[in-house]
Amino acid sequence: MDQPDTAKVATEMVQVTIDGASVAVQKGATLLEACQQMGTEIPTLCYLETLTPVNVCRVCVVEVERNRTLVPACSRMAEDGMVVSTDSERVRHSRKMVLEFLGSSVDLSLAEDEVGDWMERYGADPARYGPVSAPAAAGERDARKPGHHHHVNGETAEGVHQPTKVDNTLYIRDYSRCILCYKCVEACGIDAQGTYAIAVAGRGFDARISTEMDLPLGDGACVFCGNCIGVCPTGALMFRSEWELRRADLWDPQAQSVTRTVCSYCGVGCNLELHTQDNRIVKVTSPQDHEVTSGHLCIKGRFGYDYVQNLGDVEQNSIDEVLQAARRRSPK
Amino acid sequence: MDDAEVVILWGSNARAAHPIFFHRVIRAVRRGAQLFCVDPRRSESAEWADLWLGIDVGSDIALSNAMAREILSEGLENRRFIERSTLNFDEYARSVEKWTLERGERVTGVPAHAIRTLAHTYARADRAQLCWTLGITEHHNATDNVLALINLALLCGHVGRYGSGLVPLRGQNNVQGGGDMGAIPNKLPGFQDVENDELRAKFEKVWGASIPPRKGRHLTLMFEAMEEGHLRGLYVIGENPADSEADVQRARHLMEGLDFMVVQDIFLTRTAQMADVVLPAAADWCEAEGTVTSSERRVQRVRPALRPPGEARTDSSIISHLAAALGHGWGQPTAEEVWNELRSLSPMHGGMSYRRLEENGGLQWPCLDEDDPGELFLHSRLWANPPVGPLAPFHVVEWAPPVDSLTADYPIRLTTGRHLDSYNTGVQSGSTASPLRFGGTLDISPEDSAEWEIAEGEEVRVTSRRGSITVPARVDHSLRPGLVFMSVHFPEQADINKLTIEAWDPKSGTAEFKATAVRVEKAPALVG
Amino acid sequence: MDLRFTDAQPTAEERRVVERATGIPDSESHDRVRTDSNLRIFRTGRRSVVNRRHLLLPALETVQSEIGWVSEGALMHICRVLSVPPAEAWGVATFYSLISVDPSPPQVWHICDDIVCRRQGALDLIDRFESGELQPPDSRWAPSPCLGQCDRTPAAYIQRAGKDDMVVVGPDTARLNGLSPDRHSPNGRPQPPPIPQFGQPHLRLLRRVGAVDPGSIDSYLAAGGYQALEAAVRMGRARVVAEVKASGLRGRGGAAFPAWIKWETVANSPEPVRYLICNADESEPGTFKDRVLMEDDPFSVVEAMTITGFAIGARRGYLYIRGEYPLATKRLSRALQEARRQGLLGEDADTGVDFDIEIRRGQGAYICGEETALMNSIEGLRGEPRNKPPFPTVSGLFGKPTVINNVETLCNVLDIVTEGGDAFAQLGTAQSTGPKLFCLSGAVKRPGVYEVEFGATLGELIDLAGGLPDGLHLRAVLLGGAAGSFVLPDLLSMPLTFEAASEAGVSLGSGVIMPFDQHTDFGDILTRIAEFFRDETCGQCVPCRVGTVRLEEALARLRRQPRPGDKDLIAEIDLAMRDASICGLGHTAAIALRSALDLGLL
Repeated sequence: MDQPDTAKVATEMVQVTIDGASVAVQKGATLLEACQQMGTEIPTLCYLETLTPVNVCRVCVVEVERNRTLVPACSRMAEDGMVVSTDSERVRHSRKMVLEFLGSSVDLSLAEDEVGDWMERYGADPARYGPVSAPAAAGERDARKPGHHHHVNGETAEGVHQPTKVDNTLYIRDYSRCILCYKCVEACGIDAQGTYAIAVAGRGFDARISTEMDLPLGDGACVFCGNCIGVCPTGALMFRSEWELRRADLWDPQAQSVTRTVCSYCGVGCNLELHTQDNRIVKVTSPQDHEVTSGHLCIKGRFGYDYVQNLGDVEQNSIDEVLQAARRRSPK
Repeated sequence: MDDAEVVILWGSNARAAHPIFFHRVIRAVRRGAQLFCVDPRRSESAEWADLWLGIDVGSDIALSNAMAREILSEGLENRRFIERSTLNFDEYARSVEKWTLERGERVTGVPAHAIRTLAHTYARADRAQLCWTLGITEHHNATDNVLALINLALLCGHVGRYGSGLVPLRGQNNVQGGGDMGAIPNKLPGFQDVENDELRAKFEKVWGASIPPRKGRHLTLMFEAMEEGHLRGLYVIGENPADSEADVQRARHLMEGLDFMVVQDIFLTRTAQMADVVLPAAADWCEAEGTVTSSERRVQRVRPALRPPGEARTDSSIISHLAAALGHGWGQPTAEEVWNELRSLSPMHGGMSYRRLEENGGLQWPCLDEDDPGELFLHSRLWANPPVGPLAPFHVVEWAPPVDSLTADYPIRLTTGRHLDSYNTGVQSGSTASPLRFGGTLDISPEDSAEWEIAEGEEVRVTSRRGSITVPARVDHSLRPGLVFMSVHFPEQADINKLTIEAWDPKSGTAEFKATAVRVEKAPALVG
Repeated sequence: MDLRFTDAQPTAEERRVVERATGIPDSESHDRVRTDSNLRIFRTGRRSVVNRRHLLLPALETVQSEIGWVSEGALMHICRVLSVPPAEAWGVATFYSLISVDPSPPQVWHICDDIVCRRQGALDLIDRFESGELQPPDSRWAPSPCLGQCDRTPAAYIQRAGKDDMVVVGPDTARLNGLSPDRHSPNGRPQPPPIPQFGQPHLRLLRRVGAVDPGSIDSYLAAGGYQALEAAVRMGRARVVAEVKASGLRGRGGAAFPAWIKWETVANSPEPVRYLICNADESEPGTFKDRVLMEDDPFSVVEAMTITGFAIGARRGYLYIRGEYPLATKRLSRALQEARRQGLLGEDADTGVDFDIEIRRGQGAYICGEETALMNSIEGLRGEPRNKPPFPTVSGLFGKPTVINNVETLCNVLDIVTEGGDAFAQLGTAQSTGPKLFCLSGAVKRPGVYEVEFGATLGELIDLAGGLPDGLHLRAVLLGGAAGSFVLPDLLSMPLTFEAASEAGVSLGSGVIMPFDQHTDFGDILTRIAEFFRDETCGQCVPCRVGTVRLEEALARLRRQPRPGDKDLIAEIDLAMRDASICGLGHTAAIALRSALDLGLL
């Protein structure tokens, strides 16, 4: 206890073969990390460096010799002597099917750009399952009971489409776009915020992200940190401002810029990325690799910018102000 | 923080006031750290604690001294560290001798066994962090409160080591930076003493001007000077004393009596409305270039994302123009040029070029040259053998109760704090429509609600020795009988600083916002 | 944690029930119960909070069974008492089909319409419920997956608020007034004897079934009960594991994993806290053998678990039983009490074995039969399987080394200990040792559980069950349950061993042998199977969550108007589900369908 502690980790290495090439990685590293080390790209949807891997999307599966099934690269530890194929026929097939399953049941039109690239690379064709089923009525999917069967006729492909949940001023939940990657649940709960306002409810195809009793966000435990939005890969969770702009067809990424700065509130020093369009802030994120935040913010940092925003004559709220500013430029 | 074994939040509701810092606390807790909260309220943070100690407002020194005595009487202090790296131990040890656990219990209201548990756990931990906020510093004896905590850390050797330290959590994004830059009455940038001729000369040479050789007044002294008639003009930059000062009616009255007041702000605050001249400023964090320094001494860049509205200009532009008008041709230096001048004068910032700040996502001072990675934690010098630099002194601190004492007329203790979604006097946060906000309320315990027959939402009149306001009541389970709470965010609805006392700490100038004696009554029905 | 609850309050009754289920008095609730002391200090007991989470399912289950549904007030109260975030508790409550979060009448009839029952009167029964002809008072009804009563169809399981749940079977089911509570009295012996082979000398696993009083430990002791435990203690832990290793015992739940490997790994673990789980969540359609063992020979399950716990150095065992087995649950609970009373179980047992058993009732989720889903379920989480590795023997229940075996597997331990592993290994074949229970149902004259040595052929088993009813002939057999495959009569001579099945590309699964006659509408059967998997997938991983739906859709088209390539599509889905799903449910969900297509049954 006399001297300052120094945290030293013994670096034991293991040797794995990936697509024929041998690589040494730290013991405890995942196959995904090993692949990244080699520059081999592995698609991921439910994986995020700052969250505990849940390995549910299965798009990152790779083939490991002497394993009966494919294994998720995001969470499987590299073991000495493992022989891994990241682009075998089986791997390509499973990735294609996972992408088709998602593409045929979920609205992926706002998903991260790579998703489209992967669709192409693996030859995924979601359309072959037929047209997606009609959207469920508001709240209908939330009321579904486990084990209760919904009959299908095979003419349409069952989807998760439903009306967007708009129940507060700060963000919206469009579960037609939800691939159930669990990221929002983890960011809200165990991996960052510790609030546990949302969880997966229901079972099977009817599983969904839900508050307790499907309450509107403001009536439950939500503290509006927006960290769920920060990690959502498909646009299912979205800033109200972005959603309103998109709805008005005024969302214009070409006209946007992102500026990194420091939050104006408490002294923790959270870095913000201000996304601006037409000299208005339209959303706020934090860099995932920033040591202080790991990409997470609080309600003040993420939403407390209206005081530099309520600039015009608009009395109502800053979203109207943002919309007005966008309209002035683009008289669509 | 992540690797601490014991974390004490003392007078800090970090869950609400420093949410992202609290993520780190949660992480430590998940890794097995024990969390203690010392707070009159069983706050959101306290709900995460292994043990919450609900002390009486303003009894922090009593708790600290009782802990110290317990640690000493059980022989849990870090003898080698004390002998090698500290001063004044014997006097300190004698001074806490009278603070038995029983006396600690009598003064703090916290059971002796809980004080004992906290003392033992803190002393026995390998790595322990002691964090505080305004619950420690908004008292008439703020500095003594802080010294009391420092004493504990010295006693156990919990400073200057990885995972062990003293963590004052800063409430504003650049309150640390303001101090670093010399925006305190007795320091030049880089905490260089203004009364040191050699240091002053160094600055005068670069600045081409002479610097007054005496330290200036801090805010509280400025108001005294106004009262005495010595201070007749005021230039206020980004501060709203007409709302934020304790005993705010006195502050407003004094400012109204000034000959001349300039306010430079991004808002037309209550203070700005009283000004003779208002200089509209840009919002530094999103409309200007520059740096800010966080609680952990991390200097980071802010950058303009928006054009300032109307005629608003950045603070540096206003100041440069002002200088020009006063006959000093500074030109219009860029933020980086100003920063580089600072680096040339403040050794602890020497290695922090814009390029390095950019590359490293900020640097923690001291950072002496461009090869210096900065310091993760301070005071490791105390652990060198022999220690480098001055030894760390213990300070004898005596407990004194809050100035605003509880009497039959004012039997209730009012304390203050922040909510998660709001900030200070609300000029920034107030314009965001937060789904969490319930406005300005007087929060009372369920027991008092029952005893006073005051229901949730009912209007109550709160009266202190200085003033009286009317607010709706809110029942809050985090409070115990006799303790009421108001947030500071809603001066328009609940002008709390009409109630608070201007008793202030002579060393830091901080007023005792946290401890007001009040009485609470049902508001008289409005007769239409 | 700074949890936020809604203002909903429980009724006095709900409060009482939760207190009974959790054993935690209101005053220790993590909610802000206000006492003089906790207005000054409060131990959130964060560590004990974590320790309370596992009470979530018992709390929900008890409220469900006492009150008939879980109201918002009850749910919030449970959350406050256990310090569980309400959204998570909601996620758990809505995972189980036997838990209702909506107001519910006191009786809920779950009528089996699964593969066997639907061909033996269930559909007619459901029609009569649907039309209102059958209308038990104060009740609602719902179709149910297999209830494990395939030898006495049609069957229904009835949740009764505040009363013992019941199962009604056969003709009783339609005679609503004929509900006989006697079936559930611990001492009532169902008539006729529960197994067709009753009294036959070769029986080992089943020898006490019908012969001992399942409610009487004396009866069990008189039949040689607890001699095995005595022998095990004499032999010592290491010897017991060695005998199990010598016996060649493999798991009877479907995966056929050598039991000794699990046992040895855990027995040699450096981690002192270990667990044993008896998987009694027998839910594979067509499977009911474990039920028979538990209902009619519950003490042998208790004794076998005690020996196993002793051998692996566990101090606590969990018996996770499906909620639809109320009689077995009742008899096991009573057996545990009796065993404790006799000093044969518990911390201070006279045997010197420090081991106790807790029963956990599942609440209607097939997936919880998957070993890691079962562990999550016990821990108070959603019953979602975990990715493996790590395997349960390294990180199982509560992250501790855990042995999990099903009822039949464990019951074999009794003979292994008393007769020795070598003697056990003499039974059956070299790779499939010992006796084996098979569940015969469907188109056979005498459905029931049959015990044979490994090596008997498929045809012999069907003959044991009396062959097909007169006038019917065999079209195909579903082997291994819904997760198994169809085989044609050409495999009647196949010995029912792990190795022969493997060679034939099929699996024995949980021991289901379900013959179908020439009139079978396989489209209907396959649709029911597809529905089953869609309803029972946990929904966690994409291949299974969506794959089960796409399979069902493709099958629906095949039965009516196939699109070109639908059969290939099914093969593609199957491959991705086998390769990329997290657990066995996804891996096996398409097997029956694909085998039926390959064999031309559809």
